[in-house]
Amino acid sequence: MSGPERVLVAGGTSLRFAPHVKFRHDETRGRWIVLAPEKLLLPDEQAVEILKLVDGRRSVDGVIDELAAKFDAPRAVIAADVTGMLQDLLDKGILAS
Amino acid sequence: MSAPQPPLALLAELSHRCPLRCPYCSNPLELERGSAEIDTATWLRVLSEAAKLGVLQVHFSGGEPLVRRDLAELVRHATAVGLYTNLITSGVLLDRARLAELVAAGLEHVQLSFQDAEAASADRIAGLERSHEKKLAVAALVREAGLPLTVNAVVHRQNLERLPELIALALKLGAGRIEVAHVQYYGWALANRRALLPTIEQLERATAVVEEARTRLKGVLTIDYVVPDYYARRPKACMGGWGRQFLNISPAGKVLPCHAAESLPGFDFPSVKEASLAEIWYGSEAFNRFRGTAWMPEPCRSCERREIDWGGCRCQAFALTGDAARVDPACAFSPDRELLTAAREDAAAPAGDFVYRQIGGAPARAAS
Repeated sequence: MSGPERVLVAGGTSLRFAPHVKFRHDETRGRWIVLAPEKLLLPDEQAVEILKLVDGRRSVDGVIDELAAKFDAPRAVIAADVTGMLQDLLDKGILAS
Repeated sequence: MSAPQPPLALLAELSHRCPLRCPYCSNPLELERGSAEIDTATWLRVLSEAAKLGVLQVHFSGGEPLVRRDLAELVRHATAVGLYTNLITSGVLLDRARLAELVAAGLEHVQLSFQDAEAASADRIAGLERSHEKKLAVAALVREAGLPLTVNAVVHRQNLERLPELIALALKLGAGRIEVAHVQYYGWALANRRALLPTIEQLERATAVVEEARTRLKGVLTIDYVVPDYYARRPKACMGGWGRQFLNISPAGKVLPCHAAESLPGFDFPSVKEASLAEIWYGSEAFNRFRGTAWMPEPCRSCERREIDWGGCRCQAFALTGDAARVDPACAFSPDRELLTAAREDAAAPAGDFVYRQIGGAPARAAS
């Protein structure tokens, strides 16, 4: 059956938040949150750093490069974390390509 | 006990009125009449108070929330004060014009119920002719409007064999998510338990169907699965714990820790007419009674899972044992476990007729 297919994260993929998903700072709790249909995510600090770079323009490679530079960390380690998290959020419909 | 955190979500039950008559309706047996509902101005104030208290999401529900003519006004206000809005609906009162009004007001998501994948059975379960056909049309309208759609499928012994078709229907309708929820046995559903509770074989087949579909549809359709307590070994963390994350406001303005709590005796649930949501959330006896772990009986109090399941469900403990403070019989360590064994034996007997929901409560014969 043809229909929508799963998107797999690659280095050149640009991601954005899915329509009707909101990533914002919550003043009451003093932390970043993701609001989605019947879902609420409370991302940790590392996830927040990644999500702040999700803008529909940057490629996944671009996100990894920026974070590797910012945190002076081995690129391979950052790449594994970033790719894993973005794939998971794509699968959950929080992000879209 | 540490201070309670602010609530994450509000279930706004705008009305108990509904054109459908589903025999597992989560509303209480004593349905509120339209004349008892709180007015628009009160809801607007409550939504402002909720946002200030820290609530992030509001789920407009019922009954059927679309029976309220002020729904779009409430959605607009919720959006203005920063709440993320969700409509939980049967769909049968929704048309293109009404949907456009809600989208303009800032609505973010629609959860649409389906009673079965097959029209004749779906209409019989809903107790309303042609409701299935209407829902199919409404799902298309929701997707045309660009809103994300969740298909809500309550499953039980009379529709479980068509679970694969229900999942295929959600996919065909363009839903991003399907919630496959086994009936939870309170209120109307408890009165209809014989007609609804599946056998263990039916449950195991359903679980296998869900697991296969989750693998096949990964990244395409999210499948949330609510298992029936009656076959569990450990209770669910009902509402994420009493008064921990969630509050519910009834059509008449009662503030409750969950939608079934009004059935509990010996409680004086506060009303939004008498106090602010913050006063009720932090200060009321009703919200504090089962918070944390100090209220728990043994073996809950010394259980290593006490801050995982928070003692399960108080409404279920009351519905089955008559005492809301007892161990939830869904736990294998409950001294009342045999109550579930007896109910499970009923699942193999003939289903019997539905007791449809109606104003005035279930007929006496259904309560036995």
